[in-house]
Amino acid sequence: MTNEKDLLRFVTAGSIDDGKSTLIGRLLYENQGVYQDQFLSIKEIAQRKGQVQADLSLIVDGLKSEREQGITIDVAYRYFSTAKRNFIIADSPGHVQYTRNMVTAASTADLAVILVDARKGILEQTKRHSFIATLLNIPHILVVVNKMDLVDYSQEVFEQIKKDYLDFSSRLQIHDIQVMPVSALKGDFITKKSSKLSWYEGRTFLQYLENISIVSDRNLIDFRFPVQTLIRPNPDFRGYAGRIESGVIKAGDDVAVLPSGKKSRIKSIISYDKELEEAFTPQSVVLTLEDEIDISRGDMLIRQRNVPEIGDEFETLICWMFEQPAAEGEKYLIKHTTNIVPALIKELRYKIDINTLHRKESKELGLNDIGRAIIKTQKPVMFDSYVKNHATGSFIVIDQFSNATAGAGIIWDKPGVLPETD
Amino acid sequence: MSSGYKISYLDSLESESIYIFREVAAEFENPVLLYSIGKDSSVLLRLAQKAFYPGKIPFPLLHIDTSYKFTQMIKFRDNIAQKEGINLIVHRNEEYLGKKMHPSQYGLDKCCKFLKTQALLDALSEGGFDAAIGGARREEERSRAKERIFSFRCRFGAWDPKNQRPELWNLFNAKINPGELVRVFPLSNWTELDIWHYIKREKIDIVPLYFAKKRKIVRRNGLILLADQFNKPKEGEKVEEVSVRFRTLGCSLCSGAIESKAGSLDQIIEEVGAAVKSERENRAIDYETEGSMETKKKEGYF
Repeated sequence: MTNEKDLLRFVTAGSIDDGKSTLIGRLLYENQGVYQDQFLSIKEIAQRKGQVQADLSLIVDGLKSEREQGITIDVAYRYFSTAKRNFIIADSPGHVQYTRNMVTAASTADLAVILVDARKGILEQTKRHSFIATLLNIPHILVVVNKMDLVDYSQEVFEQIKKDYLDFSSRLQIHDIQVMPVSALKGDFITKKSSKLSWYEGRTFLQYLENISIVSDRNLIDFRFPVQTLIRPNPDFRGYAGRIESGVIKAGDDVAVLPSGKKSRIKSIISYDKELEEAFTPQSVVLTLEDEIDISRGDMLIRQRNVPEIGDEFETLICWMFEQPAAEGEKYLIKHTTNIVPALIKELRYKIDINTLHRKESKELGLNDIGRAIIKTQKPVMFDSYVKNHATGSFIVIDQFSNATAGAGIIWDKPGVLPETD
Repeated sequence: MSSGYKISYLDSLESESIYIFREVAAEFENPVLLYSIGKDSSVLLRLAQKAFYPGKIPFPLLHIDTSYKFTQMIKFRDNIAQKEGINLIVHRNEEYLGKKMHPSQYGLDKCCKFLKTQALLDALSEGGFDAAIGGARREEERSRAKERIFSFRCRFGAWDPKNQRPELWNLFNAKINPGELVRVFPLSNWTELDIWHYIKREKIDIVPLYFAKKRKIVRRNGLILLADQFNKPKEGEKVEEVSVRFRTLGCSLCSGAIESKAGSLDQIIEEVGAAVKSERENRAIDYETEGSMETKKKEGYF
């Protein structure tokens, strides 16, 4: 039954021509994630172009312009399921806008799959993707060394790449790294083991995906309930609609409302046709309180003894996604939980060279730059550090003139307590 | 902490969709729900009801009626609207219906363009809507895999796939200028099978054409069409009586049925789970040219 299976969301990242689309195409094809008529349509394209074999990568390259040019230009979402799990793939292209796309795709992932071409080994791209995965606190990284068929399935080549990667990644904080060899083109170790890689004793790619235990980054400790909207069908009912972003809540629990700090108690937890005794993240519910308090969108319900930071200034790491650079003193809107507030970049500390991981002093962040900044908001917001709580520790930056999503940020910590860095 | 705090996959999809609905209601002045009467619309409607319960859905539903919809669909739509007390707007492109727009004369693409896309864009601008909620799913078709949940459209309703706003976490950017609009897709992460499981679990009413039954049909251009007032047999065609059902519903003229004996939800779930063809296989419109859906979407199609 679909209902009982859990969900693994993973991001796939790679460099140009490392066979990522072929890998995903094969994964979908061999798991019935591709329907016959869709397959026939890519076979037709192959025939028109005079190719003998259907190109599995075309399953993944969604847009006509991409198929024509043989490139991918944007994050694509793919779905498949096995008897064990449901999967959502956020496929991040390796060409243009790689930082923006990788950050976007990684923002919702439990696992990062990073592709390496066995002939080329670890590239700058590989390092960038690994770095971004760690910035966004993805707990697992799987490095897939592809095109093993083109290096005669050589164990030495694989071991060298593995060693290079582990050397590099020791500089990053990654909880769980695995490195494995495959050939997506030939289908070795994607869903089936293969005698060509008889020296490799690990799992297939699919087995790995099915069995990895998601050390869930669900936070069940800190109750955070950003109010989305009010439900007032009649004067006697006042409900607060939202999603429990972290933690657990029971009817009768004491709560407080931020930023006012007013205290009350949960009267009822409503979920459409039933009242719940208890609710937890990530459920969407309606809460009612014992007392009539003035609460509106953007306010946050919390437990009285577990309070987030409240402030109008915080230390962040920002990935810039907009043509016009971010500069110190510039004003933007930020959307943080259900709050939209005017904000300004009070200080740009430095930007990070994502190839070398070195810090460079800079008063500007250009497109695809990542840098450390202090944000000041017009009114206080309620936040936690991203590592502790993704939902209350992340925000987007909106350009006020064009309305574009200009950047994405994670809250590093509160100002003042930041440990000095080298 | 206890491992008991776990919700099922369907519950997590439901929670995400409800969250999206509430963001729309909170951030836009004048949203509308695009209701196409199909199974995805039925799920969308139930999720909207859940999102605002015990309140009512705080926006109207809009149906674009091409006049070629199955009779059973229109009957179903009017029943639901009455039963659920829904504010339903029905819009038709009367100008082109007056000009007898019909695929047999103008081709499927043109018929769709005027009676669906143009009608939709007109209805959205006449209503002054700033957000249009639709039931599209990313899994349905290749070009949809890159669609955002909050998908920005310019003044002309067009989708620019190369210039989409990045979408991170669950932080949706709803900012637009007057005259612009955001299409919102709360079912983005649902698959066809998820939809069927949810319909079963929630006991959601759907148009009876989804269930297999012996029906009078004609075979035309590789499609099995219902032999109704829209599809009268032409010379050389004969009316057969076959057990068929529809995987997707649109206009009777171009929605093909599949031969099936799946007369219950359980049988449908089994059939869909084992299916080797995508649900859009019997949509004549997607086939006209390669990349056909992408072209239509750029023009402002659903």
